Amino acid sequence: MRVRILVSFKESVLDPQGQTVKNALLTLGYGFVKDVRQGKVFDIAVDGITEEEARRVIPEIADKVLANPIIEKFTWEILEEQKKA
Amino acid sequence: MKFGVVVFPGSNCDFDTYFVLKNGLGQETVFLWHKDHSLQDADCVVLPGGFAFGDYLRSGAIARFSPLMQEVCEFAERGGLVLGICNGFQVLLEMGLLPGAMLRNKNLKFLCQFVHLRVESAQTRFSQRARPGQVLRIPIAHFDGQYYAPPEILNELEVRGQVVLRYVDVKGERTDEANVNGSALSIAGLINRNGNVMGMMPHPERASEALLGSEDGRVIFESLIGP
Repeated sequence: MRVRILVSFKESVLDPQGQTVKNALLTLGYGFVKDVRQGKVFDIAVDGITEEEARRVIPEIADKVLANPIIEKFTWEILEEQKKA
Repeated sequence: MKFGVVVFPGSNCDFDTYFVLKNGLGQETVFLWHKDHSLQDADCVVLPGGFAFGDYLRSGAIARFSPLMQEVCEFAERGGLVLGICNGFQVLLEMGLLPGAMLRNKNLKFLCQFVHLRVESAQTRFSQRARPGQVLRIPIAHFDGQYYAPPEILNELEVRGQVVLRYVDVKGERTDEANVNGSALSIAGLINRNGNVMGMMPHPERASEALLGSEDGRVIFESLIGP
């Protein structure tokens, strides 16, 4: 089973890197860009636990290690298994 | 006074700190390897600057899981003196021994320069040899030094007098320009509620000899040794 966790700054925290990317996009003429928030992606392969257990333990991992809850928030999902051809 | 300087893979101010404490101030000083379980009866634990674990994940985020950090946590909870410098400050924040977090500097640049700091509180174990309002000239060298905490925490820090050092200009005035990394309330150094754990982004160990351009950092270590 593979799990994807997205970590990004909370809305209340200024994201200067995202702002810089936004400004670059605006400079390139993509005037429709209103905001950019930059974050991190963690793809984690897990084995030996049920999906139910994963649903309990993945947020725990994200909260304890992957994100700093003072400045960051996270979302996560279980990725569809890629079917072998 | 016995000092223990913690060494993580990626620490790079450990030898400077050791040298200042041992040779500059004549104190018994030992290195403490992060995988050990003993603080070797140190009276004060120093978490030095550097890039522990390559700053992977977030600055200081991995270092807090080192075996020795459990001992440091218990030591701090018993009232033991802990000083975190730069990356050491970041580790203390990640451990939750100090409130808040560090963000990338406001200009998104690694800043390596002398700054001026105002001593906001000279009644701490880390600043008792300084004069209140004294301006210290000490260098910084960091990428993630923009101190952040939610408004209610910042308010609490102010009310309880936990802000020990602030970025100021040469005259000791708080300005946006002097607050080089964009820290909330220009915070450069803060202390916990019990007054035994302090974190500071500037490097006092790099400003403890006239030969290196400033001796202003000595006052931090001298304060630890005694009033």
